[in-house]
Amino acid sequence: MIIGAPKESFSGETRVAMTPESAVQIQKLGHECLIQSGAGLLSGFNDEAYKDVGVKVVKTASSLWKTSNVVVKVRQPNPSELKLLIQDQTLISFCNPAVNKALLETASLKGTNVIAMEMVPRISRAQKMDALSSMANIAGYRAVIEASNNFGRFFTGQITAAGKVPPAKVMVVGAGVAGLAAIGTATSLGAIVKAFDVRPEVAEQIESMGAEFLRLDFDDNQDGASTGGYAAPSSPEFAAKQLELFKSQAADVDILITTALIPNREAPELWTKEMVEAMKPGSVIVDLAAERGGNCKLTVMDERIVTENGVIIIGYTDFPSRMASQASTLYSNNIRHMISDLTPKKDGNVEHNMEDDVIRGVTVVYNKKITFPPPPPKISAIASVKRKETPKPLSRAELREKEKEVFSSATKSQVGLLSLGGVLMLMIGVFAPESFMQHFIVFVLACFIGFQVIWNVSHALHTPLMAVTNAISGIVILGALLQIGSGNFLVVLLSVIAVFIASINIVGGFLVTRRMLAMFQKS
Amino acid sequence: MMGEGIVSAANIGAAVLFILSLGGLSNQESAKRAVWFGMVGMGIAVFVTIFGPGIYNTFLIVAAVLAGSYVGYFVSGKVQMTEMPQLVAALHSFVGLAAVFIGLNADMMLKSVTLLRDSGIDFQTVELTGFGEKLWEKSPAEIAILKAEVFLGVFIGAITFTGSIVAFGKLAGKIDGKSTKLTGGHYLNAGALVLCVFLGLFYLNGAGIWTMVLVTLISGFIGWHLIMGIGGADMPVVVSMLNSYSGWAAAAIGFTLGNDLLIVTGALVGSSGAILSYIMCKAMNRNFVSVILGGFGGVSGPQMEVEGEQISIDVDGVAVALNDANSIIIIPGYGMAVAQAQQSVSALVRKLRAQDKDVKFAIHPVAGRLPGHMNVLLAEAKVPYDIVLEMDEINEDFKDTDVAIVIGSNDIVNPAAQDDPNSPIAGMPVLECWKAKQVFVSKRGQGTGYSGIENPLFYKENTRMFYGDAKVSLDALLPKID
Repeated sequence: MIIGAPKESFSGETRVAMTPESAVQIQKLGHECLIQSGAGLLSGFNDEAYKDVGVKVVKTASSLWKTSNVVVKVRQPNPSELKLLIQDQTLISFCNPAVNKALLETASLKGTNVIAMEMVPRISRAQKMDALSSMANIAGYRAVIEASNNFGRFFTGQITAAGKVPPAKVMVVGAGVAGLAAIGTATSLGAIVKAFDVRPEVAEQIESMGAEFLRLDFDDNQDGASTGGYAAPSSPEFAAKQLELFKSQAADVDILITTALIPNREAPELWTKEMVEAMKPGSVIVDLAAERGGNCKLTVMDERIVTENGVIIIGYTDFPSRMASQASTLYSNNIRHMISDLTPKKDGNVEHNMEDDVIRGVTVVYNKKITFPPPPPKISAIASVKRKETPKPLSRAELREKEKEVFSSATKSQVGLLSLGGVLMLMIGVFAPESFMQHFIVFVLACFIGFQVIWNVSHALHTPLMAVTNAISGIVILGALLQIGSGNFLVVLLSVIAVFIASINIVGGFLVTRRMLAMFQKS
Repeated sequence: MMGEGIVSAANIGAAVLFILSLGGLSNQESAKRAVWFGMVGMGIAVFVTIFGPGIYNTFLIVAAVLAGSYVGYFVSGKVQMTEMPQLVAALHSFVGLAAVFIGLNADMMLKSVTLLRDSGIDFQTVELTGFGEKLWEKSPAEIAILKAEVFLGVFIGAITFTGSIVAFGKLAGKIDGKSTKLTGGHYLNAGALVLCVFLGLFYLNGAGIWTMVLVTLISGFIGWHLIMGIGGADMPVVVSMLNSYSGWAAAAIGFTLGNDLLIVTGALVGSSGAILSYIMCKAMNRNFVSVILGGFGGVSGPQMEVEGEQISIDVDGVAVALNDANSIIIIPGYGMAVAQAQQSVSALVRKLRAQDKDVKFAIHPVAGRLPGHMNVLLAEAKVPYDIVLEMDEINEDFKDTDVAIVIGSNDIVNPAAQDDPNSPIAGMPVLECWKAKQVFVSKRGQGTGYSGIENPLFYKENTRMFYGDAKVSLDALLPKID
């Protein structure tokens, strides 16, 4: 099949859906690759680089669309590109299917199959195609870089001959992929990083990246696992607590990076005008939610503004395009993995398997039908973690109380058992003759010795223990020996057999024990 | 000929030596000495009894002892360490059978001695065996007690005998390891038990030896049916239980014969087996009754869904990870014994240790088919015992470990025991290998473990499945470790 990547038409878009590197991998699957002339230029790949790896370069977009069986793109097609769709073609691209009715309808009319890259389900098998995560990762990194670009100071604290420099304090709100990437970048630049998220289970990830997790003292923390790894809207009480926390932080932080998004909703307002006013002049806010209205209401989409009190607010939405080469590499790899899943036999034939959970999920138009939204995937993204009750540490008095209780209950049960045993003994003593009682004493004491001795046996030696107890239980031979002299033939016969098998037991048991024990060697 | 006094003194000595031989098993070094104490104790006891008063037919005795010793010597030298569970079970059955024979003999001798005494012959003129003399002097009350002891000895002995034979068959793979029961299940056992008790009462009230023969047959059935109903992986508990029974049977015989050495030894063995069973049950978080009644119980709701997928890895992947790792913990299980992979594991460990890597073994109390089975297998393969650690000693270390390798274990590394209160194994202590940075599971296929439940460990993000026969996979891995 022919896989083609046109030049992106959206202004300011610098990415490309196919790099020379990914083209090599796609060709290995048995496909042929096409690229529109100049498509990779803004990402740093010229036509020569493509030609070198055997990619055919075509002059115009229309000839590319006409000849390609599969068209790979970054941005959703614009109206003029929509006209180029043809029957039985497959389009792989970001599509925004929830609102982009025009694309879905045109494609279903024309019979083009459409795969939306933002629909990749969040399961481990599909991670390699998760373009949203790759792009979020870049956005998080770039957000810190943009912030540092606008921030007038070092990130790391220094003590120089010319004076002391305090480290920058960075706060990251929302610890998704972008948030975690931002935390990692900021900590490696030397800043002090704090992070907040409504999902308490991400605390561990935040801490593992080297940031401090700002904990809300709240019982009704939501379980992010139930919503496929994304945050859900929070309750009013929770929001109030959160507001309080942010207010207390506002005057302290130098750089704020907000990444809080809830799927299919306007971005929640987390950072009020009041908080911006409380911030120090020269502080920087990078609002990664700017495209959906921003986590800070002062944010202006695609612009950098400076507030009256000198706080810089960055509302860019094109962070991936600002790192075109990196973004294209990652995105084209996501695309390449998607094509590889579509070509299970590696024979250059695309098999659109709608039974496959991942492929079903990403397909929004198939066989002239709109297949969006997909049914929920059979397996959910993250294993739901049952919240464990952490018992409160007991105070010293309580501990003592508890110890006392345990002690008294142990005393009670021991005394109970002893008196029960005593009564039993007494009963036996009343009825049994003297000679029996003498043996019985021996028996009971031997049981006690047995219990004391065996508890000390090391676990590693339990098998030798069984073998040796086997051997010594061969002591029943004594019984047979005492009977073997009887005048009754049957008794003699049975005794001889008993002596024989007991001897097997004794000799076999002891020798095998010795053999085993000899094998235990210290290093 | 030695007198009564010397015999008693020798018996005291033997009892002390037996206690010391068990006590010495508290660590590997003293154990090597302790086994000699046991042998000497046994030698003294047997020697003194043979040449003590009231023993006849010495030639027969010597012949039987020599023949038995030769068989024992031959078997002990030949047995493979992986076959230890079978051997132990087989030896238990011998003790049970001997106890049954001695019990039946005791009754027959009681009858003839009573006849002799009633015929009015003088005690001095008859030549009685040592046991016969004791019977001669018994009062009616003592005879009633003796009969009760005979009943107990025969009953426990027969259960031990058939039970051990079934356990042997299951462990040796000669009988299907699955739990099978006749229709009626445990009601059948309970009915048989009641029947035995009735027969015992008849016997006490003067019915003949036929009652005891019937008890032998019926309790033999109980032993067979009970152990048939217990599945393969519960065998550690079964074998220790039978170990305990063989001790109690010996003690009951000791009472019958009025021999304190037998009583002491029987009590030692009986309590040893009981403690082992207790430890095993605790390690599975199950109570003894539920193990003996077979099957897993206590499911209280739907089990947690296992999500994700099992990701496999090839030899090269494992080799790279092992070459990079500094600390490694290996968790062996029954699968290692089945594949006879202990030598390959040992060779791998030697190679890794030669590179100054920290390699340890984690042993779950119920790993394998016999308490302590894994320790013996590893010792046989020359793994130094000081790197082989118990669950409690090592569970804390997993979080600081680079690689955990699970070889042929399943339920003992199942995180559901901790995470899922509805799991059949909920609450069972498990080895927390998933806390290691990476986990490799060497396993034959994708099946579930003995308990038949899914293991979420295999689906964890840091777990990679290393499919294939343990020995074959490890041998392929060895040359790739540099």
